[in-house]
Amino acid sequence: MKLLKKVLVTAAVTALMTTTAQAETKRIALVVKALGIGFFEAAAKGGEEAAGEIGDVELIYTGPTDTTAEGQIEVINSLIAQKVDAIAVSANDQDALVPALKKAMQRGIKVISWDSGVAADGRMLHLNPSSNALIGNMIVKLAADHLPDGGDVAVLSASATATNQNIWIEEMNKVTDQYNGINVVATVYGDDLADKSYREAEGLMKSHADLKAIIAPTSVGIVAAAQAVSDAGKAGEINVTGLGLPSEMAGHIESGASKSFAIWNPIDLGYSAVMLANSLIDGIEAAPGAEIPMGRMGTLTLDDNSEGAMADPFVYDASNIDDFKDIF
Amino acid sequence: MSSQTETNLPTIPDHLKPRWYRLVASWESMLLVVAVVIFIINSFASPYFLDPWNLSDATFNFTEKALIAFAMALLIISGEIDLSVASIIALVSTAIGFAAQLGAGVPMLVVIGITVGLLCGAFNGLLVTGLGLPSIVVTIGTMSLFRGISYMVLGDQAYTDYPAELSYFGQGYVWWVISFELLLFLVTAIIFGVLLHKTSFGRAVTIIGNNATGALFSGIRVGRVKFILFLLTGLMSAIAAICLTSRLGSTRPSIAFGWELEIITIVVLGGVNILGGSGSIAGVFIASFVLGMVTFGFGLLNVPGIVMSIFVGLLLISVIALPRLWTKYSGNK
Repeated sequence: MKLLKKVLVTAAVTALMTTTAQAETKRIALVVKALGIGFFEAAAKGGEEAAGEIGDVELIYTGPTDTTAEGQIEVINSLIAQKVDAIAVSANDQDALVPALKKAMQRGIKVISWDSGVAADGRMLHLNPSSNALIGNMIVKLAADHLPDGGDVAVLSASATATNQNIWIEEMNKVTDQYNGINVVATVYGDDLADKSYREAEGLMKSHADLKAIIAPTSVGIVAAAQAVSDAGKAGEINVTGLGLPSEMAGHIESGASKSFAIWNPIDLGYSAVMLANSLIDGIEAAPGAEIPMGRMGTLTLDDNSEGAMADPFVYDASNIDDFKDIF
Repeated sequence: MSSQTETNLPTIPDHLKPRWYRLVASWESMLLVVAVVIFIINSFASPYFLDPWNLSDATFNFTEKALIAFAMALLIISGEIDLSVASIIALVSTAIGFAAQLGAGVPMLVVIGITVGLLCGAFNGLLVTGLGLPSIVVTIGTMSLFRGISYMVLGDQAYTDYPAELSYFGQGYVWWVISFELLLFLVTAIIFGVLLHKTSFGRAVTIIGNNATGALFSGIRVGRVKFILFLLTGLMSAIAAICLTSRLGSTRPSIAFGWELEIITIVVLGGVNILGGSGSIAGVFIASFVLGMVTFGFGLLNVPGIVMSIFVGLLLISVIALPRLWTKYSGNK
């Protein structure tokens, strides 16, 4: 009985604390695919930054234990019950969350999706970390930045049918002639397999003696290519770049096999998501064509599908890799 | 029997404890106390807990799982188990999704779903009773098989085109805050309660769980009873699949992933002996409320899910260990 009393008293005290804390502060929930993932912990850090900047915002960082839609729906239901002001979700399933999120919107909660989107009728807007055009431009720019006089570059992609990579390469080809002397000599496919990507990278080095850079817009390919370049003793000679994860690329940045690469910055992403949610709470309409402020990241311009791209992919190099390699 | 072993046998009492004592000291009463305590703590801990709509929303966290838990309880009491239930959900959901793309109406979808569920149950039942294979091995196999078929059909795609009326099963309300799923859960509880406790079939299930060979020699058709139990489990999985599909409005092959363990957790917490032979539907009924209220209460306080799983694990271990400790140290035989 003593224990029960204790529990009840603590419960009552916490209840009191929560009721006083919520006086007039806006409560924004940042819902992630699952807790305990470095990428999302970093996004939460960005969310906290935004909440601090806005001032009267309480950030609720939450998500299920594993990446299931059912778990996320339970989380969303409890957020609806708490009558939070906004939910910003990175969805485990773009369709299954729609009924739960619709219910949230019916009860006056602002709903946005970020990173991994929800079908259009389940949210007010979707924040993409970047856009295909921005990524296509970025991957060739990364190569060109270190080749002021131009040179031969090759692309090491995932599989020949990989939708994302094909779009990015297509976008890249549209802008390549804006970069002085950059000449794309080949596109090969490593199928997102480490060993096949490695062999394809070796093949590129053999068949193109003047190769100056390998662009790999895939996190598997970029690591394999950097390894192949290191093993061939050509680190510093051939620059491997593209899209990769800081944790996997830190060693290759250090060895010089890769001078820089890009990927979205999860901190900026979490920050922008919370800023956008706050803008919606403040009464800004999320309609196609709208420009919605997101703090230090500028504004998000919505397309016909109420989606928008946050920014260029973030560039990682020797100057900042140490800050990010432990995060994701 | 030698006199030495006789001393180790529990003495058979010459009279039962009074009815009120048995009622108070029962597992179900203890669970009920746990449920009430959790309810009280929750209402103090969060200002949002005592709201009819919120409580109604919270029931969705467990109704579908509990529907299967009732059938699973019978199966476990009979000494068998079915680990493929969540995969049956996936296969049923995929089947009705496929039919919906071809333009089938709601009654047709329900018929197809239930047929597929029964077929899955029959397949499990045949392998266990027909070939005499252990159910845990058979259903580990069919767990991969059924979900594997869903993955083969859907891959990374999803079925999202369901007729609008289908949403009633998982999102509709019968009266005020009483959802269709909640009503279904209550009705199912009564049906299974009667089936287990008031019919000769239910009695046969318990006897088989205590001593299958003895039951066979007493003229109980053990194989047939077990086969029916697998069919029932398939049927309830199909009904749960229809509700879940309706609630999500879509089907992906990963639907209900990992639910088999949550369902078995409800059954064991409900006081069903995992080795078979005893258990009650009332216990399973209260256990599903306990688990539902715990997850919802923690959710309201934004407690991370990892802490929640740890708590559920501890709850399970302590409710199982407590009665053992009680009998061991209270001097009660």
